[in-house]
Amino acid sequence: GKLTLLCDAKTDGSFLVHHFLSFYLKANCKVCFVALIQSFSHYNIVGQKLGVSLTMARERGQLVFLEGLKASVDVFFHAHEEPHPLQFLREANAGNLQPLFEFVREALKPVENGEAAWRCPVLLVDDLSLLLSLGVGAVAVLDFVHYCRATVCWELKGNMVVLVHDSGDAEDEENDILLNGLSHQSHLILRTEGLATGFCRDVHGQLRILWRRPSQPTAQRDRSLTYQYKIQDKSVSFFAKGMSPAVL
Amino acid sequence: MAAVATCGTGAGSAGSMAAATSSSDVTSFQRKGPRASGTDSGVPRLVSIAGTRPSVRNGQLLVSTGLPALDQLLGGGLAVGTVLLIEEDKYNIYSPLLFKYFLAEGIINGHTLLVASAKEDPADILQELPAPLLDDNCKKELDEDVYNHKTPESNIKMVGPVSSSRFGHYYDASKRIPQELIEASKWHGFFLPEKISSTFKVEPCSLTHGYIKLLHFIQNIIYEEGFDGSNPQKKQKNILRIGIQNLGSPLWGDDICCTENCDNSHSLTKFLYVLRGLLRTSLSACIITMPTHLIQNKAIIARVTNLSDTVVGLESFIGSERETNPLYKDYHGLIHIRQIPRLNNLICDESDVKDLAFKLKRKLFTIEKQNKKSGVGARQLLETREEHLSSRLLVLTQAERLCMGRRFFTAFHIFNELPCKGDCICLQTCQTR
Repeated sequence: GKLTLLCDAKTDGSFLVHHFLSFYLKANCKVCFVALIQSFSHYNIVGQKLGVSLTMARERGQLVFLEGLKASVDVFFHAHEEPHPLQFLREANAGNLQPLFEFVREALKPVENGEAAWRCPVLLVDDLSLLLSLGVGAVAVLDFVHYCRATVCWELKGNMVVLVHDSGDAEDEENDILLNGLSHQSHLILRTEGLATGFCRDVHGQLRILWRRPSQPTAQRDRSLTYQYKIQDKSVSFFAKGMSPAVL
Repeated sequence: MAAVATCGTGAGSAGSMAAATSSSDVTSFQRKGPRASGTDSGVPRLVSIAGTRPSVRNGQLLVSTGLPALDQLLGGGLAVGTVLLIEEDKYNIYSPLLFKYFLAEGIINGHTLLVASAKEDPADILQELPAPLLDDNCKKELDEDVYNHKTPESNIKMVGPVSSSRFGHYYDASKRIPQELIEASKWHGFFLPEKISSTFKVEPCSLTHGYIKLLHFIQNIIYEEGFDGSNPQKKQKNILRIGIQNLGSPLWGDDICCTENCDNSHSLTKFLYVLRGLLRTSLSACIITMPTHLIQNKAIIARVTNLSDTVVGLESFIGSERETNPLYKDYHGLIHIRQIPRLNNLICDESDVKDLAFKLKRKLFTIEKQNKKSGVGARQLLETREEHLSSRLLVLTQAERLCMGRRFFTAFHIFNELPCKGDCICLQTCQTR
C-alpha cells in the first residue's frame, strides 16, 4: 500500500503517468484511472506505443476509466438524479469530492465471485491540481486523498499514484498546501523539473526520486537520486547529470 | 519537423518568415503537401474536410490558424478539438489581428464560424476581416523585401507548406474581405449584451451568467449542426471554428481582472474546462484572446495556462522602453510560445527558437527569429549596459548586422573590452585593438 506522488515544475510530467498506467496494466493489476486532463483516445494511443491497449483492458474489466472531459460536459448540461462523480461542477461553493470517492471505491471493490482476480488494485489520478481550478478547496482534495488512501492502500492493499503540478513562483497557495500535504504522506516522490538553465533539445528535464517512510520517524535519511532524461517517441531515456549523449 | 523539411524548395509563397526547426529525429517521412494519409495508425478518414490535414507527428487532424508562420511554430497547425489561447498585448492592438486571421481562414475554407464577443457585434467583426492574398502578389512582396535589403537573405528560412490545396493562406491586412465571401459563409454570432437580457432558468453554479449562456449557446450549435457526430445523415463533415474575444475581461461579468481576491475566482477556469470538454467531443477548434496582463492573481494565470492546450503570448513594444531600443527597431513586439500540447504522444514539436519577434508590415504580419546569433545572455548584456554605452550600441548594431551569418558574435569582445582577435569584421568600428 504505497502512495506515489508525481510532481512537475515548469515542465510536463505526464510521461510518468503514461508509464505507470502501462506498467500496472502489464502487471495485471486492476486499475481505476481518474483522467481529468485528456481524453481517452489520447491515453489509448500513447498506451499503444508503450505496449498496452486501453480499450481491451477496459472491456476485460481490468481498467475503470473516468474521462473527466466527457463527464464534465455530461454533468454540466444535464441534471442527474443520483450523484455524478463530478457533481462539484454544478455546485456554487466549494464542493466536496464524496461522489468521486464513492465512484473510486465502487470501481476497486474486489469482485465477489472467485474468478481469476486481478492483482492489487491501483488508483491513478491525473491530475489533482485541476480539481483546485474547478472550485474544490485544497482541504477537500486532501480529504479525498485521505479517504482513498484508507480504502485503497490500507484496506485493499493497493497502490495510489497522483500527479500534482508545482506552480513554482506563481504563488498559488492552495496548490502549495496540497503539494506539501501530499509530500508528507507519500512513500515515493518523483519530481520532474525543467533544467535550471532553460530549454534544451537533448535533455528535456531532470527527475528527482525521493524515497520516504512517512510512518516512521525520520531517524534515517531519505534516499534520493537525480537523473536527467530525454523523452523519445516510445520511451524515455535516463542518464546521470551531465552525461547526456549529446554532450559526451 | 518533416513538414518544414519538405518546403525547402518552394520560395514562392514565403511572404512571411519563420525560423526552421531542425529536422526531426523521429521520422524522415516527407510529404509534398496535404494528402490523405492512410499510413498513420489511427487516422480516421476525416481528411476529406476542406482546410484540414493530418499531423505527421501524431496523426491528429490540424487546421490552420490563418498565419502559416504561426502554424509552423505550433507544429503544423492547430489540432482539432483544442483551444488556442492568445495572451493579449497591453493595448490590445495585435491580438485582434490574430483573431481575425483565424476567422478569415475559416471563411476561405468554408468552415462554420461562431464568434463570441462582449464588446463588438460579431457582424462588425466579420466585416473587418482581412482579404486573402493571391499567389502572385505574395511572391512580389517577398521579392521586394529582399531586393530592398529590408530583410537579409540569410534570415529567410522556409515557411509553411507550398501546396495546391492551400492549407494556410496569406492575408492582406490593409484590405477588407469581399462582402460576397462573408455572405456565402455560415456563421453564428454571440453578442453578450443581446443575449443577457433574456431570462434563463439555471441553478447557481458559480459560473458567471455570461459564461453559462455562452456554453449553452456553443453546445446548442454543436448539437444541432452535428459537429459531434450526432446527426449521422449529414453528408459533408465540417469544422466549427469558435472565436471568443476578451474572455475574462470585466465586460463578460467576471471580476478577476479587477481585484485580487474575487468571489467567484473559479468561474473562468470552470468555463475553460467545460469548453475543452465540448471541443474534445466535436470537430471544432477554438481561439480565445484573454487580457492576462490585467489578471491580478498570478495563480489564476497559471491555472488558465494549464487548462488550455496551446498558449501564445504577445508582447508589444508600444509604450515600453524597448520601443526606442535600436535592437528592436525592426519589430513591433515579441511573441512567446508558452505551451504546446502533447496530444497522442509523449513529446511535442517544440521549436528550438525561443526568442521570436513579430512585426506588422504594410500588409503582412510576420514572425521572425530575432537577429541574434547567441542566446539570451547577450541581449541582457545589451540592455543593462545601454545607458553607459549608448554610442557604442549604435556601432554595435551596425557591426553586428554586418556579421550576420558568421559564427561568432562581436558584442562580447567589444563589451568585455577584450582585444579583437583579428578575424572579426569589426576592425573598422571597434576601438579595442
